Amino acid sequence: MMDILNTLALLGNYLIVPGITYGCQLALGALGITLIYGILRFSNFAHGETMAFGTMTVILLTWAMQSVGISLGPLPTALLALPFGIAATVLLLLITDRYVYKFYRQQRSTPVIYLIASIGVMFLYNGLIRFVIGPDDRQFNDGTRFIMKAREFKEMTGLREGLAIKSSQGITLIVTILLVIALFWFLNRTRAGKSMRAYSDNEDLALLSGIDPDRVVMIAWILTAALATIAGTLYGLDKSFKPFTYLQILLPIFAAAIVGGLGSPVGAIAGGFVIAFSEVAVTFAYRKVFGYMGYEVDGLMQLLSTDYKFAVSFAILVIVLLVKPTGLFSGKSY
Amino acid sequence: MLRGFLMFAIMFALLALVGFMQSWPLAFAILNLCLISAIMSLGVNIQWGYAGLLNVGVMGFVALGGLAGIVITMPPVTEAISAGGGGVLLALLVAAVTIGIVVLLYHRLSGKLRGIAITLILLAGAFAARAVFDPAVEAIEAVDSARTGFLGGLGLPAVVAWPVGGLFAAAAAWIIGKVSLGLRSDYLAIATLGISEIVIAMLKNEDWLTRGVKNVNGLPRPVPYEVDLQSAPWLIDLSERWGIPVVEMSSVAVKLCYAGLFTVVLLIVLSLSERALKSPWGRMMRAIRDNETAAEAMGKDVKARHLQVFVLGSAVLGIAGAMLTTLDGQFTPASYQPLRFTFLIWVMVIVGGSGNNWGAVLGGFVIWFFWVEAEPIGLWLMDVLTSGLAEDSALREHLLKSAAHMRLMTMGLILLLVLRFAPRGLIPERS
Repeated sequence: MMDILNTLALLGNYLIVPGITYGCQLALGALGITLIYGILRFSNFAHGETMAFGTMTVILLTWAMQSVGISLGPLPTALLALPFGIAATVLLLLITDRYVYKFYRQQRSTPVIYLIASIGVMFLYNGLIRFVIGPDDRQFNDGTRFIMKAREFKEMTGLREGLAIKSSQGITLIVTILLVIALFWFLNRTRAGKSMRAYSDNEDLALLSGIDPDRVVMIAWILTAALATIAGTLYGLDKSFKPFTYLQILLPIFAAAIVGGLGSPVGAIAGGFVIAFSEVAVTFAYRKVFGYMGYEVDGLMQLLSTDYKFAVSFAILVIVLLVKPTGLFSGKSY
Repeated sequence: MLRGFLMFAIMFALLALVGFMQSWPLAFAILNLCLISAIMSLGVNIQWGYAGLLNVGVMGFVALGGLAGIVITMPPVTEAISAGGGGVLLALLVAAVTIGIVVLLYHRLSGKLRGIAITLILLAGAFAARAVFDPAVEAIEAVDSARTGFLGGLGLPAVVAWPVGGLFAAAAAWIIGKVSLGLRSDYLAIATLGISEIVIAMLKNEDWLTRGVKNVNGLPRPVPYEVDLQSAPWLIDLSERWGIPVVEMSSVAVKLCYAGLFTVVLLIVLSLSERALKSPWGRMMRAIRDNETAAEAMGKDVKARHLQVFVLGSAVLGIAGAMLTTLDGQFTPASYQPLRFTFLIWVMVIVGGSGNNWGAVLGGFVIWFFWVEAEPIGLWLMDVLTSGLAEDSALREHLLKSAAHMRLMTMGLILLLVLRFAPRGLIPERS
């Protein structure tokens, strides 16, 4: 019995808690990709950099607040800076849309041209970020580190395995739940949200029924900015902020959006968790688990080393492309 | 025609200017990388310009070509091969057999049974291969790990590595193409992005093959070494006659040798590309690119043609990658960055003129030139702009330090401006 509980605590500590946190972060990122895909119909390669830009503004504001002595007590100051960071990112995206993407909308360009333009935007943001904050690692989590420490858990339950929950992990989960509820309420209940879904489903029909495309596009960018900033900040709070990692996270995010079905918000969330849990589960060393089940084994019993975590997102992506190119929730595959 | 000629003339004049204003070794170093960039740019142009295929994993194919640089040219490490070479081969054999069985089952079975059987076979195969592989790798990496710790290569001349690099890249491209072609165009982009990250992860971590982040140094060269030249009487004679230091002279001579070799490769690839583009095959490719549905209605096998052109373009990227490793004389997996090796090449093609081979070559030259020169120019610009501030001003210091990042922004800006105001590039496609 104790062995089973120990195994559960072990899996909870190394698989479930990190998986949920990472899944939330990927889901928020993938939602941004999927929204832009649904409305503007292209894969936005600048999304990782958008996340990094949002996080950067949050960090700069956090530093400013810290220097004048504002803080949220046990919570990270970054949460207070978040709304301002979102506002800055909204501004950036709207300016980008006005000067880059709007032209191609008027030209009715193919999605590939948008994609290449988004690569240009990615370069631009990337340079901007490195120019302002530099390429180095930044820690900006100033709240309490843990909700529950591994030692406290051990004392509380008397188990040999500890279960630690970092406060950044708790914050990630709560913020994600609130944000997703708000997003779905917006998409399903409000007039603006319904016009967005209509536009995403059938552009021509939506235009005929008098939906203003510029407005829809603007709302899509605003939502994307909010999602990207929050996703980036949560990721930065949980790990650390380094511009390069936001370029690398593009792959799992895209994989999540495609696995769920491009253009489908529910799919993006599901895809985020599928990718996150497979990544964590495949790179986890199961040696101790076997130990508790009564098998002593040599080696780590790890399917893949953590260096290959990208291979996991990629493998799932390939399987989905082979088996069901429209994704789990039937997005667009054309 | 005249326009293209003029632009190339300006380009070479700029290179000469670097020679006069900075130094000649630098000018030739830039020229050599311009030549390699031009070949990479041709590879992407074959995929994007001819067929409209979006390859966002250029870095991966270039790095695979670089791998050939090690596997072909490095001398073999006999101890390591006898320690673990057999094990590695056996593991690869097990993996191949597993994949063979999976493919067989995929065609023979159907429904739920197929899924279960394939999963089980894959797991069993993976564990069996790992059981042989892990001890073999450990044995290889234990052999004098400070100096070798890898299998080494075949010890063949460097020039052989170049076509082999093309083969490596082509093989990877075939697999990727099989999976993601025939779906919407973004999927190929994302799949190639994925494979390039995985290739780099593999090169960084498979120490038995590439020494990983310990790098492989001292790759054999196809050209003489500077040290040997410095004692050659003809070079000393020349340097005295022209009044150039011997060291500088030898460096220029070596770089000229490389430039000669690279020019030959560039001309071969370029002439083949031009002939292909003008042939019926090239016309068919453009027809497919401009209207897939119509081409398919005419009976063209769009997916097979796309696969073909994707593999060909990637092979060219692989060749360029192998040449780059040879030029560097070392293989450093950590140096492969997507911004430098994927997106920069894209800027070259778009700026040069997608669909036009000469445009792609010019794009490679121009963009590489400004990529290198943007830093001194940016630094100079920042220095001038901030000269009003105090010497020790924090803002001035930050701006000067960050000037290096200016070039990313410059590249993004160039890409966006060209895409918007001159989408056909410097030398447009002939219609």
